[in-house]
Amino acid sequence: MARIGVFICHCGENISATVDVAKVAEKAGKLSGVAFSVDYKYMCSDPGQTLIIEAIKEHKLTGIVVAACSPRMHEGTFRKAAEKAGINPYFCEMANIREHVSWVHPKSDATTQKALDIVRTMVAKVKKNAALFPIKVPVTKTALVIGGGIAGIQAALDIANAGHQVIMVEKKPSIGGHMSQLSETFPTLDCSQCIMTPRMVEVAQHPNITLHTYAEVESVSGFVGNFDVKIKMKAKSVDYKKCTGCGACWQKCPSKKIPDEFNEGMGFRTAIYSPFPQAVPNKPVIDRPNCTYFTKGGKCGLCKKVCPADAINYDAVDEFIDVKVGAIITATGFDLKHADFFPEYGYGKFKDVIDGMQFERLASASGPTAGEIRRPSDGKVPEKIVFVACAGSRDKAKGIEYCSKICCMYTAKHAMLYKHKNHEGKAYVFYMDIRAAGKDYDEFVRRAIEEDEVQYIRGRVSRIYEKNGKLIVKGVDTLMNGEPVDIEADMVVLATAVVANIEAESLAQKLHISYNKHKFFAEAHPKLKPVETNTAGIMLAGACQSAKDIPESVSQASASASKAIGLFSSNELTREPIVAVVNRQAPPNFTSCTGCLLCQEVCPYHAIETEDIKDRGGNLIKRAARVNAGLCQGCGTCVAMCRNKSIDLQGFSNDQMLSEVMALLNA
Amino acid sequence: MHESTHHHAETFKSKVEEAIGVTVSHCYQCGKCTAGCPLNEEMDIMPNQLLRILQAEMPGYEEKILSSLSIWLCLACDTCYSRCPQEVLLSKVMDYLRQESLRQNKVNPKAKDILSFHKAFLNSVKMNGKLHEVGLTIDYKLRSLNLMQDVMLAPSMAAKGKLAIFPHQVQNTKEIAKIFKKITDSEGGKQ
Amino acid sequence: MRIGYYPGCSLEGSSKEYNDSLFAVAEKCGVTLEVIKDWSCCGASAAHNLNHDLALALPARTLALAEKQGLEDIVVPCAACYSRIAGTKNEISNNIAVKAKIEGYIDLKLTADVKILTVFEFLQKYIFPTVDQHIVNKLNQKAACYYGCLYTRPKEIAAVEQIENPMEMDEVMAKAGATPIDWAFKTECCGAGLSVSRTDIVAKLSGKIIEDAADRGAESIVVACPMCHMNLDMRRPEIKKQLKKDINIPVLFITQALGLSMGIPADKLGLNKHYVPTDKVVNCIVKMEA
Ligand SMILES: Cc1cc2nc3c(=O)[nH]c(=O)nc-3n(C[C@H](O)[C@H](O)[C@H](O)COP(=O)(O)OP(=O)(O)OC[C@H]3O[C@@H](n4cnc5c(N)ncnc54)[C@H](O)[C@@H]3O)c2cc1C
Ligand code: SF4
Ligand code: SF4
Ligand code: SF4
Ligand code: SF4
Repeated sequence: MARIGVFICHCGENISATVDVAKVAEKAGKLSGVAFSVDYKYMCSDPGQTLIIEAIKEHKLTGIVVAACSPRMHEGTFRKAAEKAGINPYFCEMANIREHVSWVHPKSDATTQKALDIVRTMVAKVKKNAALFPIKVPVTKTALVIGGGIAGIQAALDIANAGHQVIMVEKKPSIGGHMSQLSETFPTLDCSQCIMTPRMVEVAQHPNITLHTYAEVESVSGFVGNFDVKIKMKAKSVDYKKCTGCGACWQKCPSKKIPDEFNEGMGFRTAIYSPFPQAVPNKPVIDRPNCTYFTKGGKCGLCKKVCPADAINYDAVDEFIDVKVGAIITATGFDLKHADFFPEYGYGKFKDVIDGMQFERLASASGPTAGEIRRPSDGKVPEKIVFVACAGSRDKAKGIEYCSKICCMYTAKHAMLYKHKNHEGKAYVFYMDIRAAGKDYDEFVRRAIEEDEVQYIRGRVSRIYEKNGKLIVKGVDTLMNGEPVDIEADMVVLATAVVANIEAESLAQKLHISYNKHKFFAEAHPKLKPVETNTAGIMLAGACQSAKDIPESVSQASASASKAIGLFSSNELTREPIVAVVNRQAPPNFTSCTGCLLCQEVCPYHAIETEDIKDRGGNLIKRAARVNAGLCQGCGTCVAMCRNKSIDLQGFSNDQMLSEVMALLNA
Repeated sequence: MHESTHHHAETFKSKVEEAIGVTVSHCYQCGKCTAGCPLNEEMDIMPNQLLRILQAEMPGYEEKILSSLSIWLCLACDTCYSRCPQEVLLSKVMDYLRQESLRQNKVNPKAKDILSFHKAFLNSVKMNGKLHEVGLTIDYKLRSLNLMQDVMLAPSMAAKGKLAIFPHQVQNTKEIAKIFKKITDSEGGKQ
Repeated sequence: MRIGYYPGCSLEGSSKEYNDSLFAVAEKCGVTLEVIKDWSCCGASAAHNLNHDLALALPARTLALAEKQGLEDIVVPCAACYSRIAGTKNEISNNIAVKAKIEGYIDLKLTADVKILTVFEFLQKYIFPTVDQHIVNKLNQKAACYYGCLYTRPKEIAAVEQIENPMEMDEVMAKAGATPIDWAFKTECCGAGLSVSRTDIVAKLSGKIIEDAADRGAESIVVACPMCHMNLDMRRPEIKKQLKKDINIPVLFITQALGLSMGIPADKLGLNKHYVPTDKVVNCIVKMEA
């Protein structure tokens, strides 16, 4: 026989000013099954909780209803109190008579009646409650880091230094990402390679980090603490166990005219190649579509002949490995729009209209011009150079409304680097606003303007065309009454928009994480959960979430690493038991589930698995659905789909919901 | 200074916006329109600044815009719109301002010839349903008093069979005149 | 398919040769054009400048007449007329209220689903399929194809694929055996409607266009619009004054150029009607070996 206690809270005057709480307590006391009923000023206060605990003990209550605020607020508080009094915490229910009643209605009899109705439904429900126990899931203390740019590197090192295992997957032959291509970095102008290379080497040598380059995530299943990941190891055609990185192969390779991605197409590489001298690992891969051996049916084979270590393996195939990880950090970075995105600037037709990353390579000591800024068309040092900020960013007409955030700063840097190398040269920057809000950032821009005499002109460029070896830049100075400004430049650098990695969408789908319309990955909350995703256990780091500079990418990487380390700080995770379950029956049926698996199709969290039901002799009786409690989020979609009511949601069962409804109807 | 934007009284700006469905605040004053405008060297107020003046609604702004020469120089070439990052249909704003300038009798004196030509053109269409180039020229000259302009061209054009001395007409010129009348009537004035 | 034809005022007057050459080319390929009966002026830039309703009503009347006549495609060789008619069609099909108002003005009903073809779309769609058998000459010259504003803007009604570097006319010229050049002023404005009232401005704008074509070695400038033709050809004395140099590159209508490659006599194409003599163009031509 149920003995229910009802506790009506005044919430100061929040509730009692509009609801006749004494009357609700009195009427509730008369409901069938209610053994005790009382109202009190602050139920959540210490004396309030003591009142509940004492009442449970004294009146031998089997369940309680606290009529107060939203369960989001204090369900935990009262469940703990119930537990202290010796009953299962899931025998505590809340009736929300504040947000749903007193805050939204005026003082009246009807208002009081509504409060009572809600209490009545919860009393009806709690009578049907069952004891539930938190779900424990084990944690695999290994993190997967996808992407080996500065963000991925930072996250991996932080987690590894905390003593946990890290698996890093990088799709290119080397880690380093965009930062390894940069010349010098704002706002301090320190050499990017110099600060980057030691970190890359540390990753390669760290005992807790397993590095897979030239690899991609193939599929991901499982849930927080327990992800199963399949990694595709693309065929490198080189046995890294044997290869010493001596370079004999790429020096001899006859296919030498392949546009070099690392130098943004402004130089050439061979078919067997390591992308840059400081690459980690500094071992080559064969770019098969460009290798004569692969395209001409076995002709060539020169690298195999010259390799002193016999490391070349033309027969290598893509391989797949399966790993178990507890947390995933996504650090896949960004892409840049290229000059061909701009019809009015020539559809990428003019060789000397380049993008910012190309400029970085020209300014870099390891770049195609050994750090001298020479224009691609004829190698001339430009006497007049024009930088165009916001090229494609903040441009609704081009489909990109957002600010790319980093280009104001790197444009100032570029203009400065140019002026440092060519004192006589003239540098112009067309801009709309200067966004330099970081630490020491505005000072940096002012230095470019004041000390290095870079001409900043506020206005967008309408058009660029080529004439007699010059680029005619048609701009405007909006700070001078809209005066048209035409500049005959030798070279133009477009600060093109930062966009999401082209594979971002497919990766997000593999990981079941959300992304915005521009395919940048979505954080769980823009302010309070900026590094988590909506999928527990998957975190974001760096420019894959939105355009970021290095300090921001590194900060976010360390933040997500700390989330992973936090997750790994215990051996088990505890979850609310509000999950779906497939019923169990006595033999010969075992369960009413017929294995139609409609539930599997509709479950948004991929939480429905199958289970083979066997008799004692091990013979298969049937295949039924089974809910993976680690994945289930308790949404109840499966319950609505099930045709024979074989699946039910714990804590919100069909039976409980029906009794709530009946309590209202039978008032 | 921005008081007038805060209440909902009808302002000149709101009239422009309503009439043509362009939201003036979309313009973020990048100046790309002006940078590419073929007439930027001739204009008294640059295209982006016309929009800025509308946005700011400073005292006397309506007068300033409606009596500007720029609105008459604009060729509706749409270079501005085709490159505007905010997709502001500036040529439509210009269209409207011209009509309004005419209606309010604010036409910039330097635009007299341009206006005369447009009027002469329309007059020719109204009378013939088609453009009659000789008629147009004569009419334009009378309106603009630029009697000698292009006189040297005329004989050679006629010789090359390019000028039809008698107008081609649509069969039903009354029908065209009716369209003109209906439209002018509906606007409660005459062109 | 019955192909309708809207000549527009200029093709009956100052640009008769454009009309004649278009018909000559069509005739050679056995394509017939049906003139829209009792068409009226599109209103050109004047209506556009002074009265928006009128700017819609005039082209709408023509559209309605074409529908009545049962035409599905109509060729509009003048860029200004094309722009007005395509713009009207666009506005009417996107706004029922405007459509109703305009129908009231013109006393005619409209569906606005006729297809409007530019001259180069027409050439590619109806002439290209059989043109090869008629081509007997190679124009053998560097040609600068000039598109101007009205085929390329606004983007909603642009008749070309790449608005900043259109190639459609270039393709026609390549067919005619010319070498279309890459130049910078393909889509710059020539001054259009200010031709008579502000000739000084037109001379300046058109001057820049001609100068760029000349600097890049063009031997002819090819247009598909009577207004562009007038400004680039007839305004040459003013342009000469403006540039302080005499550039005498002839300006051809695209139909004249194609006609020449088909062996149609120059006078039938109206080449004698131009201000800048066209003999240079004709002299470049070489006969193709059979
Ligand atoms: C022209 C230019 C100049 C700049 N200058 C500066 C500067 O001076 N100072 C500054 O602070 N910032 C600068 N930045 C910004 C800086 O480059 C970025 O902040 C930084 O690179 C972001 O690092 P990341 O690791 O998030 O992304 P990335 O550097 O893009 O690295 C992402 C990595 O993930 C890999 N990856 C991508 N997809 C996958 C996948 N599906 N699977 C596996 N691996 C994948 C990529 O190959 C890459 O290695 C500049 C940016 C540009 C464009
Ligand atoms: S030659 Fe052999 S050992 Fe040397 S880098 Fe090439 S594959 Fe490695
Ligand atoms: S960071 Fe600066 S240049 Fe880049 S989009 Fe934003 S405002 Fe434009
Ligand atoms: S281009 Fe567009 S946004 Fe920029 S100033 Fe002109 S109208 Fe405004
Ligand atoms: S439409 Fe008018 S304002 Fe715009 S670019 Fe052309 S002439 Fe200038």
